[in-house]
Amino acid sequence: MFKKTLVVAALSAAIVSGTAHAAAARDYISIVGSSTVYPFATVVAEQFGKTTKFKTPKIESTGSGGGLKLFCAGVGVEHPDITNASRRIKKSEQELCAKNGVKEIVEVKIGYDGIAVANTKAAPQMDLSRKDLYLALAKDVPNPQGGDNLVPNPYKTWKDVNASLPATKIEVLGPPPTSGTRDAFGELVMEHGCQEFGFIKAMKKTDKKAFQAACMGIREDGAYIEAGENDNLIVQKIEANPNALGIFGFSFLDQNGDKIQGSKIDGVTPTFDAIADGSYPVSRPLFFYVKKAHVGAVPGIADYLAEFTSDKAWGAEGYLSEKGLIPMPEAERKQFAHDAKAMTPMGAL
Amino acid sequence: MSEPDKSTARTIDIVEASLKRRYARERRFKLMGLGAVLLGLLFVTLLFFDIVSKGYTAFVQTHIALEVYFDPAVIDPDGKRDMAEIARADFRKIAREPLAKLFPEVTSRGDKRALYSMLSSGAPYQLSKMVMKEPGLIGTRQVVDLVADDDVDMVVKGNIDRNAPAADRRVNDQMIGWISKLEADGVVKKKFNTRFFTNGDSREPELAGIGGAAAGSFYTLLVTLLLSFPIGVAAAVYLEEFAPKNRWTDLIEVNINNLAAVPSIVFGLLGLAMFINLFGLPRSAPLVGGLVLTLMTLPTIIIAARASLKSVPPSIREAALGVGASKMQTVFHHVLPLAMPGMLTGTIIGMAQALGETAPLLMIGMVAFIVDIPGGPLDPSTVLPVQVYLWADSPERAFVERTSAAILVLLAFLIAMNTFAVIMRRRFERRW
Repeated sequence: MFKKTLVVAALSAAIVSGTAHAAAARDYISIVGSSTVYPFATVVAEQFGKTTKFKTPKIESTGSGGGLKLFCAGVGVEHPDITNASRRIKKSEQELCAKNGVKEIVEVKIGYDGIAVANTKAAPQMDLSRKDLYLALAKDVPNPQGGDNLVPNPYKTWKDVNASLPATKIEVLGPPPTSGTRDAFGELVMEHGCQEFGFIKAMKKTDKKAFQAACMGIREDGAYIEAGENDNLIVQKIEANPNALGIFGFSFLDQNGDKIQGSKIDGVTPTFDAIADGSYPVSRPLFFYVKKAHVGAVPGIADYLAEFTSDKAWGAEGYLSEKGLIPMPEAERKQFAHDAKAMTPMGAL
Repeated sequence: MSEPDKSTARTIDIVEASLKRRYARERRFKLMGLGAVLLGLLFVTLLFFDIVSKGYTAFVQTHIALEVYFDPAVIDPDGKRDMAEIARADFRKIAREPLAKLFPEVTSRGDKRALYSMLSSGAPYQLSKMVMKEPGLIGTRQVVDLVADDDVDMVVKGNIDRNAPAADRRVNDQMIGWISKLEADGVVKKKFNTRFFTNGDSREPELAGIGGAAAGSFYTLLVTLLLSFPIGVAAAVYLEEFAPKNRWTDLIEVNINNLAAVPSIVFGLLGLAMFINLFGLPRSAPLVGGLVLTLMTLPTIIIAARASLKSVPPSIREAALGVGASKMQTVFHHVLPLAMPGMLTGTIIGMAQALGETAPLLMIGMVAFIVDIPGGPLDPSTVLPVQVYLWADSPERAFVERTSAAILVLLAFLIAMNTFAVIMRRRFERRW
């Protein structure tokens, strides 16, 4: 028994010493970040691994905020080389990066992602405006009796919100506050919808905090159901419940078009073309950020960028569009491809 | 004398009056117990039925049998049989050519693109691998079962309804027409999906496999076993046989019992702070996963090992000491061998628990997309339950069946481990 323990101790010592060696040099690219960009980045990574002499990059799905935190922790092989984000880097994050020695960051915008509000095909398609969605989902809404004050959301059915909508109960399944999709929904739909009311819009200048709370606060009385980060689950649930609407990424609508339909938002149905030409209002840009100090230290970063920014990947007919990424207009693609090739670091925000 | 008589009569009356009620109560309790068991069984059956009915189709994969011409002009124009040169050849062209021949009426660029998309993007690699293995194939014609795209696979398996209105399905009428023609020609084959067991992860469902995750689980559990078994057994032997019984050992005992109830995510956070941030071990490595899971399974193993040491009767120890054995000889020659089956059972159950764990691995970066199959405990890797989680979150329809299939494989491992533990216990358990 004692001998065995000795053997084990020796073995674990060997493993640990081997580790020190492995940490000194990394031969694969380490990527972290957004779960929305994850399905696209992984396709590029796989293609990159297959067609080049480099190893397939490792991609962790940590969420945009979590990814940037890891990314900004420092320079060195133990820190990731690239982080994906479903929103732009924040000023505070850029400062954190700079504080830890990550001074030169290359920003690459990769395309757009639409957020769909959808229900089952068994029910009629909804035609919503952003104001309708705001009134149906906000925690506090302008007093329906008139007057410039906020009251707790009294609306029970869609008809209460807007007389032209059906008299079904308001029941919306969506992502929790930790999700980037929820952030984007708040910014693109709720904030836009609440500005239709003059007195809330006026608050933006006078009291930013109150404005944020009035616009972004989502009701907690059961009409909005937090369904977790798993978009497939939301799809399954709205399929089973004809009265419920779901909020999720466009690629899930694209894959399940036989079962669910996207609601019109401000009169536009979420389709690939409508998002690409910008007429569908609820779409957001996706990014990734590259640590310039790692280029050359970790093999293959420049080649990975070249693969990602090639037309066969992110072009109008590229393989990423097949996975549901909405490509940028050609001029914008050219600009970002050029910046990525030249490794032009982004300026301060 | 009449008084006690009266009272006995009264007692019997009371008993008889309440007897019926008491029997009824007992029957009700039994029925409720039976109902609870049946309800539990019903849910387990439903769960299994759901997983099996969704997942079994993933064990076969649609292939299209096409006569491929390994054109020397494309593969090896110089005729030098230089392997590096051959690896770079355009096998896409080789794979697409027979499909174009089958449908000569498809000429426009867009239609051709659609036609070629019926083959998986893995099909050219399949051909390239064949040639690399046997260069003699160059210049010959072979009927090869090429992997079909996941959309084709879903239509053939009936997961996408062909009769649904065209606008509602992902696969258009043209593609359905092509699939029907191929089926009529008898070239669409469903073959056992070996890739599912040998490949690493992929974003193409038809190429994705659990090989990488299984290897990751293997290395992780290996590290866990190598560390937790000796440490757990040593701790249990010391605490049970050697340690003095005082306030300190009591405190240790209470702490070990409490650790067994700590949520596993806490061990993940500890692992992140200790092993990755302090010791600088690499993220996503099975070594770190194994270390974290060791922390998690240690209490289970220590508790099981102590219980089995306790069940060895003191007469054995006394007899050994009586014939002149030292304390250490008594423990290692007599007590430990008798307690070993119980310890091993506890270890296997601890391992099975570790195999199904995802939460602590989330913190140390093992929830990641990793294509290459790990070759050791330091390579980045993921584990089986994490693979299930990642696939369940993928938009592609074909990942639904693969998720269920991966769950089936995981369940098979868990059941096998638990059965092994039960058999061990039955076979080696001693009663005194």
